[in-house]
Amino acid sequence: MRLTCPLCGSRDRREFTYYGDAVYASRPGPDAPPEAWDAYLHLRDNPAGETRDLWYHEMGCSAWIEVTRDTVTHAVGATRLIAERGGGRASGAGSPAKKKAPSKPRGGRA
Amino acid sequence: MPSLISKSPCEDLLPVEAGGVKLSEYPVDRVSSVAPFAGKERASGAALKAIGLGWPKPGQSISANGARILWTGRGQAFLVGAEPAGLDGLAAITDQSDGWARLRLAGSGAETVLARLVALDLRPGAFPEGSVARTGLGHMMMILRRDGADAFEIMVFRSMAAFAVRELHHAMTACAARVAAG
Ligand SMILES: [Zn+2]
Repeated sequence: MRLTCPLCGSRDRREFTYYGDAVYASRPGPDAPPEAWDAYLHLRDNPAGETRDLWYHEMGCSAWIEVTRDTVTHAVGATRLIAERGGGRASGAGSPAKKKAPSKPRGGRA
Repeated sequence: MPSLISKSPCEDLLPVEAGGVKLSEYPVDRVSSVAPFAGKERASGAALKAIGLGWPKPGQSISANGARILWTGRGQAFLVGAEPAGLDGLAAITDQSDGWARLRLAGSGAETVLARLVALDLRPGAFPEGSVARTGLGHMMMILRRDGADAFEIMVFRSMAAFAVRELHHAMTACAARVAAG
């Protein structure tokens, strides 16, 4: 398996470290309510289809990367720098709490 | 003040040679990490241009007047062989001179030797002179730069110097044995 670092190009999977769902890189704002933190820490979608993962180019350039993957076909698609997807923080911090809908905790999805 | 003995990272270990490939050490030189402050990327690049270099693109290096600058990551480059002049207030500068061992692997079989330890396509078409990669050398983190048609600069943490020499020398000997066996 290979992943494409947006900076280094195509590299062996062993150069990267996996950090789970890419939502992990979207921390709630400092004033976010406990529900937002609860969603950030514990609630994850389990999609049949496209999902986005967080990877770290550890044995490489140290970039944090969002990798789009299909859970049905196992196809690995686009990658982009976390730094370039706009803000490290979930947009509208606290929005997951307002919705009170555990199935949609991802306020940070662009 | 005690008089300390100055040693290079690979003192007493190098040079070694096998199968026409030579592993040696670059002369100890100044190494600085340059990380431009937010919004100062262009100004930092201009300051580096003033000493004949510039800001390197990802995977590249720029050499001039015996100095060079290597891309080493997002918003970071290593300046080797020059004082980081004119960068005050523009970039965070860290002196890394004592932190790295800088090895030179040269000879017509250098690519074959590296193929045993590096999971990259290092043929000249894919990795021409001046190219830089942050990748692994076996289990070690490495900064790799092509220094010539048959030569590579290998930077590893100084604490890994002896291990890097052992790994590379082992690969060199194995490649040489393979050639000798025909
Ligand atoms: Zn990378």
